[in-house]
Amino acid sequence: MPTYNVTVNGQHKEVTVDPGTPLLWVLREELKMTGTKYGCGVAACGACTVHLAGIAARSCVVPISLVGSRPIVTIEGTIRDPVGRIVQDAWISEDVVQCGYCQSGQIMAAIALLKSNPNPTDTNIEQSMGGNICRCGTYVRIRQAIKAAAQQLRPRGSR
Amino acid sequence: MREIDSQSPAFNRRRFLQITAAAAGGVLVSLYLHLPAGAQTDNQTASTAFPPDAFVNVRPNGQIVIQVNRLEFGQGVSTSLPMILADEMDADWSQVVSELAPAADAYKDPLYQLQMTGGSISLPHSFQQYRKLGATVRAMLVATASERWGVRPEHCRAANSVVYGPLNQSARYAELATDAAQRPRPDKVRLKNPSEFRLIGKRVRRLDSRLKCNGSQRFGIDMDLPGMMTALVARPPIFGGHVKTIDDKNARSIPGVVDIFEIPLVRGKNWSSGSGIAIVADRFWTAKQARDRLNVEWDLSGIEHPDSSMLLGRYKELASTVGNVAVSRGDQSAIERIPVAERIVAEYEFPYLAHAPMEPLNTTIRFDGNRAEAWVPSQFQTMDQSAIAEVLGVKPDQVTFHTEYAGGGFGRRITLDSHVQREAAAIAKRMQGIPVKLIWTREDDVEGGYYRPMFVHRVEVGVGPDAMPAAWKHVIVGQSWIIKTGPPWETALVKDGVDSLAIEGAADTPYFIPNFHVSVHHPEVNVPVSQWRSVGCTHNCFVMETLIDELATRAKIDPIDYRLRLLPQNANKRRGTLTLLRQESTSWRHDLARNHAVGIAANEYHETDVACAVDVSIENNRPRIHRATVAVHMGLVVNPLTVESQFQGGLVFGLTQLMAKGAITLKDGLVQQQNFHNFVPPYMSDAPVAIDVHIVPSSEAPTACGECPVPVICPAVANALFKLTGKRYRTLPLTAL
Repeated sequence: MPTYNVTVNGQHKEVTVDPGTPLLWVLREELKMTGTKYGCGVAACGACTVHLAGIAARSCVVPISLVGSRPIVTIEGTIRDPVGRIVQDAWISEDVVQCGYCQSGQIMAAIALLKSNPNPTDTNIEQSMGGNICRCGTYVRIRQAIKAAAQQLRPRGSR
Repeated sequence: MREIDSQSPAFNRRRFLQITAAAAGGVLVSLYLHLPAGAQTDNQTASTAFPPDAFVNVRPNGQIVIQVNRLEFGQGVSTSLPMILADEMDADWSQVVSELAPAADAYKDPLYQLQMTGGSISLPHSFQQYRKLGATVRAMLVATASERWGVRPEHCRAANSVVYGPLNQSARYAELATDAAQRPRPDKVRLKNPSEFRLIGKRVRRLDSRLKCNGSQRFGIDMDLPGMMTALVARPPIFGGHVKTIDDKNARSIPGVVDIFEIPLVRGKNWSSGSGIAIVADRFWTAKQARDRLNVEWDLSGIEHPDSSMLLGRYKELASTVGNVAVSRGDQSAIERIPVAERIVAEYEFPYLAHAPMEPLNTTIRFDGNRAEAWVPSQFQTMDQSAIAEVLGVKPDQVTFHTEYAGGGFGRRITLDSHVQREAAAIAKRMQGIPVKLIWTREDDVEGGYYRPMFVHRVEVGVGPDAMPAAWKHVIVGQSWIIKTGPPWETALVKDGVDSLAIEGAADTPYFIPNFHVSVHHPEVNVPVSQWRSVGCTHNCFVMETLIDELATRAKIDPIDYRLRLLPQNANKRRGTLTLLRQESTSWRHDLARNHAVGIAANEYHETDVACAVDVSIENNRPRIHRATVAVHMGLVVNPLTVESQFQGGLVFGLTQLMAKGAITLKDGLVQQQNFHNFVPPYMSDAPVAIDVHIVPSSEAPTACGECPVPVICPAVANALFKLTGKRYRTLPLTAL
């Protein structure tokens, strides 16, 4: 089996796995980073969302062989990111989570949205978050938390 | 001030530490887990003794660990139960940590004597239990402090984990805990008056948010043990099928595949039906690859090949005849004396529904030949532990059973046959010494049965001269998963051939209908079925509330007024929710945007009453829900923030029923949906944009919460859609408007 060098949350890692192994399972089983979740395996639910070179990606359908040199950021890495911290704090202060299983993916999708659009409208939020399933139905509070985080991200004086 | 008796004979025999501190901290839980067999089995009353040692652990650093006797799977019980205990204990909330209790007698539901999470019973059944536990611990801490200071306990007070004496003495709980644990348990403890509550009734944020937001919360599926293997199972394409022949050459050639073997499968009532092939490998992905390369020939003979369209025909025929009578009030033949023009005849169709909790089903077991350890996101510890023990050929107390956080459940993690745990145990038995995690893929889950049953309803309503329903004849057709299971469930839930879970929300309607007849048929079908959050109300509320709306429209009476008129004098809860709903939604209901319409629905589930109003328009040929307002009467509310979240989320979960691709259908025995591409639950744009939740103030005992929002949303939306399209919607899901 081939060996791959990947950068996860700023750290270099070496993994030896079948080339077809999805990034999701490399994170969960090789690197023991279980914050990224398996929900469907077919890129339909968003529970496995990570950032690949800054872009939100469904890690369940990205084979490790296609990751290349693109840096990977997972939910475990968001605490070192200023936007990530603000989003997590907003999630906590809005009491978003219920079972919490989909929330790693929701938070990764929200961070990607706010990094590209710090002032999203309801439509922007629905478009960016529109592929992430939450069976507990926390959508109303996710919306509130994104707006609260956007408020935090605005330069002082313009809030 | 009330005195309560917290003593019981079982407790008097108990000699365990009641509160542990210092070095005993870590020992506590295992002490309870490894109780000698006699202690777990010698009496039925052990679980009613409520020994605080099983629930509270005061650590030397001041941290207070509270055991939660339920599964946390989103409903917030790992925050609300500790709130209750901490309030009575006068504990410092910032120091409270909650843990999910393992399987043990102490953690059984105090009424049902089973350790389980279902029927929204957690707070109704454990509210007093956790209050007494907290008050008992507090009393023991105060007694310890007062003894040290030589003062009377009633001259001391406690707040934020500190006991204060009359001369300004003070002692932290952590300093008192070791001595307090040696004290006899008080016979009687005083519970707070509601005016003294500091936590109960407050909007308290969840304790589990941080871990769930930074990826560090461990769920069952995240289990990782040294040397652990992952197992998948290839199951027959039709429920109850058997392995005929197997060619596993290609599968075994994949590096990392450890073993491939046949295991028995259990399915619903027919507990030994069919078999499957277990694949054990070093990783999930290896097991998945191997399963994909497995060639299995299945024996599908001698089993029913269920087919939704054929079932529909069969159910409709049944619906045209009277079934087992659930309720018969007034004159059964009254309907025939009402002119045909004054009758509404309505036939409703509801499909099978999957729960699809976000965390796929899983169970991890390590079996060493004598003892086993299991890690399960379980809604039903007592049964799941017994099932594992049975398969392994050991006693339940030889199975140490850990309750793992679950990624949703909605009824899917409580099955009478514990089929997931039996599969995992069969695999662990063969793999003796090696821990194995069984994972169901999403496809396994969607195709795997245990659905909300398919239902057909036929209702004839005769309208009286006062525009109120004078006669109501209702036939319900759908499978029961309780009938033929014997005690305890069948005994408790089935009467005269009527499964009470199939009729709730219809037969027990609070509306006064003088001549009211509900009957039910329970056909046997080869599809395993189970409860789906809010159970019978999922379909019954839709039927009742869309028909009531039709009657109100016909009578040209406001739908809230019409419902109020239908209520007898003593229907205080429904009157309360409808009145509050009207008050809270008046401003927006009378200021609707163009091409928007309002829909109303109400429901009572397990003594909690809910009324809902929605603002709906049509976008891209789908209902667009701009707003929902909900009023709820659920007795005393422990955490209004949890209630708000549960109701917001529960409405969205309920919308699964309306989704165009929200149904499970079968053709020639095969389930036609596999994953979220063809079983499509609500996404953000399907959910209401805003949901406001209002609580009827009450000091009555807490009633159900988690399931209660689910039933009302679909009939409310259907009633709004009628105003926009003029069509009555009686077939779910809504494939076209």
